[in-house]
Amino acid sequence: MSAVTPTVRIPRLDVTGRIAFHRVLVSEWTKLRSVRSTKWSLVAGFLLTIAFPVIFSFVTRSHWGSMSPSDRAGRHPLDIALAGVNVAQLAVAVLGVLLISAEYSTGSIRSTFIAVPKRLPVLWAKLLDYAVVSFVLMVPAVLASFFASQAILHNIQRLQISFTQPGVARAVIGSAVYVVLVGIFALSIGAIVRNTAGGIATFAAIFFVLPPLMFTLPTSWNNAISQYLPSEAGRQIFALHHAAHTLTPLTGGLVFVAYCVAAIVIAAVLLVRRDV
Amino acid sequence: MIEARDLTKDYGSKRAVDGLSFTVQPGIVTGFLGPNGSGKSTTMRLILGLDRPTRGDVTVNGRHYRDHPAPLHEVGALLEARSVHTGRSAYNHLLALAQTHGIPKRRVSDLIDLVGLHEVARKRTGQFSLGMGQRLGIAAALVGDPKTVMLDEPVNGLDPEGIHWVRNLLKGLAAEGRTVFVSSHLMSEMALTADHLIVIGRGKLIADMSVDDFVARASQKVVLIRSPELERLRDALDGPGVSFEPGERRALEVHGLTPEQIGDAAAGAGIVLHELTPQQASLEEAFMNLTRDEIEFATEMEEVVA
Repeated sequence: MSAVTPTVRIPRLDVTGRIAFHRVLVSEWTKLRSVRSTKWSLVAGFLLTIAFPVIFSFVTRSHWGSMSPSDRAGRHPLDIALAGVNVAQLAVAVLGVLLISAEYSTGSIRSTFIAVPKRLPVLWAKLLDYAVVSFVLMVPAVLASFFASQAILHNIQRLQISFTQPGVARAVIGSAVYVVLVGIFALSIGAIVRNTAGGIATFAAIFFVLPPLMFTLPTSWNNAISQYLPSEAGRQIFALHHAAHTLTPLTGGLVFVAYCVAAIVIAAVLLVRRDV
Repeated sequence: MIEARDLTKDYGSKRAVDGLSFTVQPGIVTGFLGPNGSGKSTTMRLILGLDRPTRGDVTVNGRHYRDHPAPLHEVGALLEARSVHTGRSAYNHLLALAQTHGIPKRRVSDLIDLVGLHEVARKRTGQFSLGMGQRLGIAAALVGDPKTVMLDEPVNGLDPEGIHWVRNLLKGLAAEGRTVFVSSHLMSEMALTADHLIVIGRGKLIADMSVDDFVARASQKVVLIRSPELERLRDALDGPGVSFEPGERRALEVHGLTPEQIGDAAAGAGIVLHELTPQQASLEEAFMNLTRDEIEFATEMEEVVA
């Protein structure tokens, strides 16, 4: 602080703007890109989404000759191509929770809400920014996964599948949409729970603990209920074949969207009501 | 201008702010004083709409803070609690704030220079010292060139040069006609900067007056006297409501009488006076006197407010 003058003069601001949604969107984008760990997590998630199917394809190709007919029948080209989606959904979910929970743990949420005291535009902007970023990363990632795995498996006739075959393009792009929705769902959970560990635990409970827990129920109950769980409904977006006791891709997708909307609504109500 | 009416905030069964009514005027520095845990930070959060009052109301420049279309141009605030993401640089923190109002990047650079953070602007704030964090917080408060500036314990962690700088900043802001509202638990700091004081203890208003009035009201009537006939003088002055304490170097402290009354009594009894000095309590003493009861309560409250 070199200038020790009798009075400190603050340079005046000649332009005075007001809060507008597009401005909050830009501000949230600045926040998203300016934390190093966030940036690198996204890059890592992107690369892993492609790396898994590539490795899976190489392993399958090298072992194909020694695989039993039943093992061969168990391999489906689309499963191989979208093997990275599981990793991607975890990475996107954790980051989704962090995008808001880290604001609470560091206290920066106070700065955020002083700048935008109506609060809700912040939630909309975070959701929209994150949805766009994850979509822009995931679509190329799953397309690259699909074509890379197909190229690696080119000499195995049974594992060749055309992008233009019915349902294939929908499943590939759908897997990216699914991951984007997972991110939205996780971000909303982060806003509800306001705590990183709690948010991730809640997400894991809903996506990874609840589904196997359903097998403790009588089969008829499990069959009736499981298909409506967020993870099971959501996965139908990128399922190629319609299995028994699952929803259609469209219905499943809509059910998952409904879960996301519900989570967003709860997050929004609490965001406005609670003290920070 | 900040106007609070019957402002009250409960956290569970604890009442952190209790029926506060006050007005903070533009053009002067208003000190917001109270022991730690007396409800200063809570009051500031209520002003900013971060917390909702249990009862009562507070407006800034005529409206609830959240109803302003451009809140950063109305109020610039530095909170005592950490309000910065540790993984983000100072520059990006300020930029993200500025962008919500369409404030240009140039403003961010100007303020970084102003508060002397130029060299560390691109470093993550997690590596900042307390003083650097305070400077960043002050820069954040000034981003919107606000009409009202509200700072919670701004000199915390600053070096003497920084403290001096903040004092000048506050005076400069007030001289420009802005409303300046600064909290502190240090009376001595307020004595150097504030024109007006709002004092609270246990969330309640204790005093709302000019610094001069505050000292006059809070200091007891104490006069130091010296005389070769101290014993006789003592007898002449004694009466209801008057008490004595031995002072240094054979002087006597008289409580409960004005210098005029003592002089007249001495003259009436024909006693020579060698000294007659009204003792003015320092701002620090005045503050201690007013808030003595509240301090025992402070530790308990801090847990609630934190």
